[in-house]
Amino acid sequence: MSSLRRINFSTVMLVLGLLFLYLPMFVLVVYSFNASKLVTVWAGFSTQWYGELFRDEQILSAVWTSLRIAFFAASMAVCLGTVAAFVMTRYGHFRGKTALSSMVTAPLVMPEVITGLSLLLLFVQMAQITGWPADRGMATIWIAHTTFCSAYVAVVVAARLREVDHSIEEAAMDLGSPPVKTFFSITLPIITPALAAGWLLAFTLSLDDLVIASFVSGPGANTLPMVVFSSVRMGVSPKINALATLIILIVSLATLLAWFFMRRNETKRKAALQDV
Amino acid sequence: MKPSRSSALLKRLKLGRRAVIAFPLVWLTLFFLLPFALVLKISLSEAAIAIPPYGPLLEYADQTLHVFLNLGNYLFLLSDSLYIAAYWGSVKTAFIATVACLLIGYPMAYAMARAPARWQLLLLLLVMLPSWTSFLIRVYVWMGILSNSGLINNLLIGIGLIDSPLRMMNTQFAVTIGIVYAYLPFMVLPLYAHLTRMDNSLLEAAADLGSRKINTFIKVTLPLSMGGIIAGSMLVFIPAVGEFVIPELLGGPDTLMIGKVLWEEFFLNRDWPVASALAMVMLLLLLVPIVWFHRYQSKELAS
Repeated sequence: MSSLRRINFSTVMLVLGLLFLYLPMFVLVVYSFNASKLVTVWAGFSTQWYGELFRDEQILSAVWTSLRIAFFAASMAVCLGTVAAFVMTRYGHFRGKTALSSMVTAPLVMPEVITGLSLLLLFVQMAQITGWPADRGMATIWIAHTTFCSAYVAVVVAARLREVDHSIEEAAMDLGSPPVKTFFSITLPIITPALAAGWLLAFTLSLDDLVIASFVSGPGANTLPMVVFSSVRMGVSPKINALATLIILIVSLATLLAWFFMRRNETKRKAALQDV
Repeated sequence: MKPSRSSALLKRLKLGRRAVIAFPLVWLTLFFLLPFALVLKISLSEAAIAIPPYGPLLEYADQTLHVFLNLGNYLFLLSDSLYIAAYWGSVKTAFIATVACLLIGYPMAYAMARAPARWQLLLLLLVMLPSWTSFLIRVYVWMGILSNSGLINNLLIGIGLIDSPLRMMNTQFAVTIGIVYAYLPFMVLPLYAHLTRMDNSLLEAAADLGSRKINTFIKVTLPLSMGGIIAGSMLVFIPAVGEFVIPELLGGPDTLMIGKVLWEEFFLNRDWPVASALAMVMLLLLLVPIVWFHRYQSKELAS
């Protein structure tokens, strides 16, 4: 009876919504194994597009460029975002707090064309005045990505910092631990899961960005989304289907792993609570 | 501890505190706030055939300082109906897509919040997973589904429902479905966060007092999840107004959107001042929603 009652409008919508999200991706995965070059006609199973993908120098070098930028941007964004979150949640009032909190939340919703254009104008102006950056490329993309990714990190870390019991840090400081030491030996270990989540989020955001990178990049640096975009502009391509399938596979595996660990932690916590 | 030592320590603490505050504040001022001032500046300058392609705002000659504030770019935006149509098209499309996301996303989030506890994390990950793959590819996939020789048309012709393909690609419909598909997770996430935090005893109390289900929903659940509705809607609406990739890949000549127009002014026409003016007007248009989102977000951060 109770399982029957649960089948209501919202459950049906949830199932339909998930189908809406996943069916198109499923189609993409299936067609990546299509032998035909015409993407819409099924001509038998084949893995030839994967072979072609791995022989495509342009795509491979773009993957490497994107991974490097994403790694460094995510790492810097975690530093910047964590400090911003710490300052906003732990420091009382200070001059510039309103400005800081606006600058932390605004990038979350700012249209990418505006962010991209404004940063490009900054780099052009900086080059005119200081001579740097003479060439736009990986360094300018790194700065741009760090800036918008740090906002996401700050939100994730601030949420965690608010959950954490403040009194442990206060106790350590009352006992004479200097603030820097308290931060590194008390606060940081507690918020490490949030830092990991923030880093991963920043990493995927950086890997995914097309618009901002297109504005601030120079002739030398082509990121993966830039190469994919110039290819799909011409129409549907089986090689891109293969690439998409690999991306979906990697993200799914990572999510599965995250789910497994989160569930294990949850079970452990429940067991610990029961022991008490 | 001697007073002099403790005051020195206090000084060091204060200095350290300032340095910690300065790090994000300076970075964001330099790379987020200052760039907007430059957009404003260049939107007031004149286009020139030069590198970079705009004229100076200040010029010192014959012992006089000349200030050039060129409002021509803004007047130009007003004079050409293309730009007004593009702004209107963006706002309209973003609005329709936001409402569609809300209508699909709300029941989804509601069902997730009501699901058994052990299912909730899995459902949340399932909803978020697509947004971690690739935005570009999630837009691209609809090219293969909606095109004239695409999946839907092949299917409909195959079962004999239609004779000639329906034109779905490069239409308003394609752009809207692209936005809904790409942004749906960002609507569901804040809604779920609000609905799952809601105190169930309020609903029980309403039921005990004889309130009908639909009545309880309108009078209790909906107002309590208003924060999530605002956050989700702004997370969809604001970026969708400036969207470039979706109208570029799925849209056509009759789906004008301002993000695409700005991109073309910048990359194809190389008219940086007009592109900057377009960005400034877009920012002005989005100021109210952005402030609204910010106020909600800082309330969240404070609580």
